[in-house]
Amino acid sequence: MAGEEVRQEFGARSLAMTFIYPVDSNKAHPLPLSPDYKSSIKRAPNKPLIPMRHTLSELTGPVYGHETVREGDNDLTRQHAGEPLGERIIVHGHVLDEDGRGVANSLVEIWQANACGRYVHVRDQHPAPLDPNFTGAGRTQSDASGYYRFVTIKPGAYPWGNHHNAWRPAHIHLSVFGHSFVTRLVTQMYFPADPLFPFDPIFNSVPDEKARARMVSSFDLENTQPEWALCYRFNIVLRGKNATPMENT
Amino acid sequence: MQDSVKPNGITPSQTVGPFFKYGLTPNGEYAWNDAFTNSTLTPDVSGDRIRIEGRVFDGDGVVVPDCMLEIWQADAQGRFADPQDKRALPNASFRGFARCGTDKDGNYSFETIKPGVVPDPDGKPQAPHILVAVFARGMLRHLYTRIYFGDEAANATDPVLALVPADRRATLTAVREAGKPVYRLDLRLQGADETVFFDV
Repeated sequence: MAGEEVRQEFGARSLAMTFIYPVDSNKAHPLPLSPDYKSSIKRAPNKPLIPMRHTLSELTGPVYGHETVREGDNDLTRQHAGEPLGERIIVHGHVLDEDGRGVANSLVEIWQANACGRYVHVRDQHPAPLDPNFTGAGRTQSDASGYYRFVTIKPGAYPWGNHHNAWRPAHIHLSVFGHSFVTRLVTQMYFPADPLFPFDPIFNSVPDEKARARMVSSFDLENTQPEWALCYRFNIVLRGKNATPMENT
Repeated sequence: MQDSVKPNGITPSQTVGPFFKYGLTPNGEYAWNDAFTNSTLTPDVSGDRIRIEGRVFDGDGVVVPDCMLEIWQADAQGRFADPQDKRALPNASFRGFARCGTDKDGNYSFETIKPGVVPDPDGKPQAPHILVAVFARGMLRHLYTRIYFGDEAANATDPVLALVPADRRATLTAVREAGKPVYRLDLRLQGADETVFFDV
């Protein structure tokens, strides 16, 4: 197929005008090699990443609708016969793009330790009890405004073998899709004013202090439910800006 | 209530960690259901059905048993199941996305169809390829790579492969097993034969 025909048929240029994904935005991420985090030493590439232009393959991304999420999947306290032990919390916020617009219909998956800091994963064998009423996995889809909401219990801090007396600050793992395959994000949400922050090489792998602050939820008294649950707000900001349409003017 | 303040940047990535399996790839081993499998196949999908398999290694050549790979690809006609691709067939159930956790020996596999031709930004055809996102404990941010197919003559003129030094292109090229619809490609996160990762 001739180049011009392909261009017209595929509409790649008009798509590129809808959203742009500046590579500079990626500077907020940790560098792959962060030697204080020992597991990164043998799993970070030594060679530089190869820059390339975004093609239709990068600009599009998986779209998953409500059929992926079952009723109640966003309430981690109701997946078993009884209620899990621990401090019940609401975690909510918006999935946003870099301009602050809500990202609608984005799948948000979470997983976390229980209130004692123990994961149900078979590899987590540290001496803290499992909770038969808590698996620690959930998912939801952001609504038309980008809003999402989970009910869960506050995870505990837990020890890990990275260095002497190493403890992870309490966190919830999040996985988010967004508009394209290059907006894919896996991150961790932390809780305000955790005393373990200065000692955690994973949290501190993000070089910029303001960027680190974007991984910390804020206490939300307004949406805390009396006699029931504390609330934390966490906005998830994905890559993507609206390009100014220029071609047709 | 949406915050009116424009964000001062994106949310940084953090590692998927060692304990994602029960949440993201439970595979019947935990009290949670999979949102995704390692197959993109749907009953109505057309095209050549293939299996892609391989292993993931770290910088010491040790297998990575706690890696998660995700793939994203066009259908056999080169169309993406995304409303942003206006050419996509609206009623097709093919989604073009799959997810696989590696096993204790570092193995992964995907059941999918061979994708068609997708244009680059200048409208030039790219050789058939699949995008891959790689996640693992120790990886603070996921990495992007591509899978090309060793039996495609179009690889010689692919504009993205052309950006890659010739002696590293084999790290992106899955090799077909004789007589079978199976392609093999190992991923190496670090070292002399390190997989090419793209800055996208």
